[in-house]
Amino acid sequence: MTNDRRPLILMSPALLWLFGLMVVPCLLILALAFFRRGLYGGIEYTWTLENIALVFDPLYFKIFMKSAGIAGLAAGIASVLGYAAAYAIASMPRRHQPMLLFFAVLPFWSNYLVRTYAWIVLLNREGLIVNLARWFGFEGEMPKLLYTESAVVIGLVYNYLPFVILSCYAPLSRLNPEIAEASRDLGASGWKTFRRITLPMTVPGIATGFVFVFVLSIGNFVTPALLGGGQFQMIGNLVYAQFLTANDWPFGAALSMVLILVMLGLLMLQAVVTERASGGKKQIDG
Amino acid sequence: MTKITLRAGVCLVAVVAALGAPALAEPLNVSNWDGYMAPDAIDNFNADTGNQAELVLHATNEEIMGKLIASKGVGYDVVFVSSPFAEVLHNLGLAEELDHAKIPNAANLYAEANALPHDPGNMFSMPYAWGTTGLCYRSDLVDAPTSWNDLLKPTADVAGKTTMLATDRWLLAAGQLALGYSVNETDPAKMAEVRDLLIEAKGTLLAYDDTTFYAKLVSGEAELVHAWDGWCNYGIGENADIKYMIPKEGSDLWVDTMVILKASEHKEAAYAFVNYILDADNHRWAAENILYKVPNEAAMSGVSADLITAYPNMGMKPADMMGFEQLRDVGAAQRDYSRLVSEIKAAN
Repeated sequence: MTNDRRPLILMSPALLWLFGLMVVPCLLILALAFFRRGLYGGIEYTWTLENIALVFDPLYFKIFMKSAGIAGLAAGIASVLGYAAAYAIASMPRRHQPMLLFFAVLPFWSNYLVRTYAWIVLLNREGLIVNLARWFGFEGEMPKLLYTESAVVIGLVYNYLPFVILSCYAPLSRLNPEIAEASRDLGASGWKTFRRITLPMTVPGIATGFVFVFVLSIGNFVTPALLGGGQFQMIGNLVYAQFLTANDWPFGAALSMVLILVMLGLLMLQAVVTERASGGKKQIDG
Repeated sequence: MTKITLRAGVCLVAVVAALGAPALAEPLNVSNWDGYMAPDAIDNFNADTGNQAELVLHATNEEIMGKLIASKGVGYDVVFVSSPFAEVLHNLGLAEELDHAKIPNAANLYAEANALPHDPGNMFSMPYAWGTTGLCYRSDLVDAPTSWNDLLKPTADVAGKTTMLATDRWLLAAGQLALGYSVNETDPAKMAEVRDLLIEAKGTLLAYDDTTFYAKLVSGEAELVHAWDGWCNYGIGENADIKYMIPKEGSDLWVDTMVILKASEHKEAAYAFVNYILDADNHRWAAENILYKVPNEAAMSGVSADLITAYPNMGMKPADMMGFEQLRDVGAAQRDYSRLVSEIKAAN
């Protein structure tokens, strides 16, 4: 056995696993998008592009754009909060950092559903937040917190924030402090140093975190169902409904296909951003 | 013995076990909603009849329908589905034409339960539970409602404290009934009115909720909810101030049924199971456990008076329920219904 074949052999079980249990089923589902739905659900094997066209019907396209809006907002907020947290952790003494990172990912140790339900307990009309406000002497009508769009965004940001912290922490912790020092020595203010040096060099981390949260949020259907009270249909809920309630598998497949294409597009964009940024870094290093 | 023969022996045993085991004890597959039978029903059936039944759960009618249509009914023996879905199974040729000689306990059913419009004479489905859809409310917090409009156009003090069912047919039925239309109306102009009314109602809702609405009533988070009568009973059980009523415009008559699949390979056991459930004592035990009315006269006559006092809707008379229209399979119009529901859910 030669050394150059070793990586392939080591990778093949994982690749086979991915191919057989992920790529093949995905392709099967995507193929459904090009068939007609039977009268009672089921598939009629005649070719059609109707399902793809239906995705761009104003009704469904609006749901698509709305999901993108909610996902974008969640990703934006998570990026700002996550970057700030990662920056704070990276500027702590080295020996404390593993502990702080551990705390940041601690919520992942509990189930996603449980974490989302916890927000119902916090936000509901008789919930902790309302009662706490009353305890502090707030009187009068509290705004509706639960089953709103804001609740959905809060749930998404909360659940995916650790991803951003991790993705931003990596480049921040690798940053050579001497570069920032040099910038200061040359007379740049702290803000200018951050804006011109630190931020550009850590853009790949932000882009990764943003895209991660966006992609996970746009297809999410649990959070809108639980925290949105079923009143905000996101694209994930629409796909879920096509497969499990409307029994329109071909249309569900068409929606999934467009969603996957959007996600792939974003991941490629993120790869380009990362590539550009690391190209820029080389120039600075050199 | 060498290592190799030992290994070969182990392999042989494994293969025999793998091939033989399922053939020996292939169970009767019964699919039902979670908690919709007495918890001991399957065990008792197995003990009493020597059969090997196994319960699988489905969360919604649509979920089990998707599976049955995809597999052409193979893999299931008896399924519990609501009547419009039983009709679909019949129309698709997946439902067994029932041989009544094998279900002697069908004689326990009310006369009305043999004349249900979706399947007169119970040719392909046996009714398991039935009831109405109406309003469940906290009588200590809101005035007794009288109309569907009390839910759809709530007064200012109730707005934001109501929930509606999200399942396509029942969500639409609330609007159809409020406007005086049939619960199977498909005329596009009339359905557009229904949609507009439900979009208007959406702005006043706390949430759409099919499963935990009674808990929201108990906690006081909701005060008036759209509910199936039996499910309201779970709320009544925790708070006696919770009451159920049928709006003056009426309700639908929903019927959940048992269907034997034509593709079943355990027909005798499947018949035995359906017959077992329809036994007066077993069906009464089911009613007392799930707090839904069952269409079994012999079973209902055995339900204790205390239970009916505690849960008044358990005492509803079959003749009164028959005055309400059943949800029927609407065929191709189901797709329009799904779209209307998407339009309602996507509206701001």
